[in-house]
Amino acid sequence: MTQLSVNLPGLSLKNPVMPASGCFGFGREYSEFYDLNQLGAVIMKAATGEVRYGNKTPRVAETSSGMLNAIGLQNPGVDKIISREVPFLAEYNMPIIANVAGSTIEEYVMIASAFNNTEHVKALELNISCPNVKEGGIQFGTDPDMAAEVTEKVKTASDLPVYVKLSPNVSDIVGMAKAVEAAGADGLSMINTITGMQINLSAKKPLLANQTGGLSGGAIKPVAIRMIYEVKQHVSIPIIGMGGVSTAEDVLEFLLAGANAVAVGTANFQNPYVCPELIENLPNVLRQYGFDSVTDAVGKGHV
Amino acid sequence: MKKRVEMTVKSVSEIALDTFEMTLENAYTATMAIPGQFLHLLVGDHTLRRPISIADIDYDQDTVTILFKQIGDGTRQLASLEVGMNVNAIGPAGNGFTYDQSMNSALLVGGGIGIPPLYCLGKQLRENGIEVKSVLGFQTDQHIFYEEKFQELGETYVVTDDGSYGYRGFVTDVLDQAGYFDHYFSCGPIPMLQAVTNKLGKISGSISLEERLGCGVGACFACVIPAGTEGFYRKICSDGPVFAAEEVIL
Repeated sequence: MTQLSVNLPGLSLKNPVMPASGCFGFGREYSEFYDLNQLGAVIMKAATGEVRYGNKTPRVAETSSGMLNAIGLQNPGVDKIISREVPFLAEYNMPIIANVAGSTIEEYVMIASAFNNTEHVKALELNISCPNVKEGGIQFGTDPDMAAEVTEKVKTASDLPVYVKLSPNVSDIVGMAKAVEAAGADGLSMINTITGMQINLSAKKPLLANQTGGLSGGAIKPVAIRMIYEVKQHVSIPIIGMGGVSTAEDVLEFLLAGANAVAVGTANFQNPYVCPELIENLPNVLRQYGFDSVTDAVGKGHV
Repeated sequence: MKKRVEMTVKSVSEIALDTFEMTLENAYTATMAIPGQFLHLLVGDHTLRRPISIADIDYDQDTVTILFKQIGDGTRQLASLEVGMNVNAIGPAGNGFTYDQSMNSALLVGGGIGIPPLYCLGKQLRENGIEVKSVLGFQTDQHIFYEEKFQELGETYVVTDDGSYGYRGFVTDVLDQAGYFDHYFSCGPIPMLQAVTNKLGKISGSISLEERLGCGVGACFACVIPAGTEGFYRKICSDGPVFAAEEVIL
């Protein structure tokens, strides 16, 4: 084990930093900025059963210390992702995590099954928390019984470890986490975006065509830290933390709260090199705060 | 490889109401840039970068000139940069204008802050011996910029929404006066592009689109435009911003 390496179910990570789903496409664009081999892993853009064209534009709006998005899970469908996108990422020496999104439990199961035996896809991230689609997604992410049911069915259908991506748009995040852990989840991803809205003053109407969107970026980091901190005290499965990570100090803060690894989303848009930069800076930050390794720091922020 | 670069401000001035011209120096960007591409600029601590189209390129001086309208805090901070300061840019970004060098004549149709990339293009067309005519639309006489520069390229028609200068009305009201041309290039708000492409019918054309961008490099799918009846789409930031007029559904 090196200072930065992390072992999670299905994932042998050379460092704890990976791009978050939806913010990195399928890696091609950022591979033109730097060598993706530097990344700990990559979480692909969501896969649905069929091609999905997403919401009308405008789909993004800037907010104080963050942004709203309502892309609407646009993707070419799981078959094309497996045939066209996975082979590109498989050229790199890092595990691929497939983000799975559906409208029905059957769709989740079908997509999860499709990733069985897909070389280099080492884990699934179950997206039960996208706030920007009219059907599916969020309803599974806000009802613990439904979240447990979809997790259990996907676990039965999949050979891969399943990380369930939790929605922050709930009153009891610990209850959601415990429900999916009991249903067999191998890990958690948290948090997804927080539902928000911006009004365009000129038009006197919501700016996003979808009206509401998911708030991400630095603005939601304190919410992510709080939820990870709370959940860590009640579950034993590992957590991939996300929500406003943009510096190596942020990575350490997530580790201290209880995350075992982190995903970087919106910060990629501001700085396309953010992932390799914080991988480079993390050893110094760990040392500065008295930790020998990433794993040493996990959960150490708890009182 | 795509690049993020630091560009140095060589000059900045307000050339029309709330419209700023800024010349930025960076050898890589100036060498690689073509008309129609944009710079994705980081301004202050804003989460999202600002896409600003390239209005001129000086390959000898290693400079790129941009024009932008001050409409919010980001562009206000950009306008406040002083000579010698640096601005962080991804670029040149996107795919710019392409053209058949054997054509004889081109019409440029621009609206407001969509006009700048057409100037850069028009200069290159003239250097290649292609006749250029321009139709430029502004809100009022206070918003007019680069009229003389376009006049140097060829016959230029100016329209204003309120009639305070030139013709009163929209760019489509004077298109008939431009006479014959082989190909048109248009950039401006989508309603203007819809009107222009409708009016010019089946004449060969290229259009440059604007949309709110997320990543600006093609990864986030924020800035898509429909491109067919089967739900096919194109990404404005990376497939465009320039498209063949018939390639996308406005």
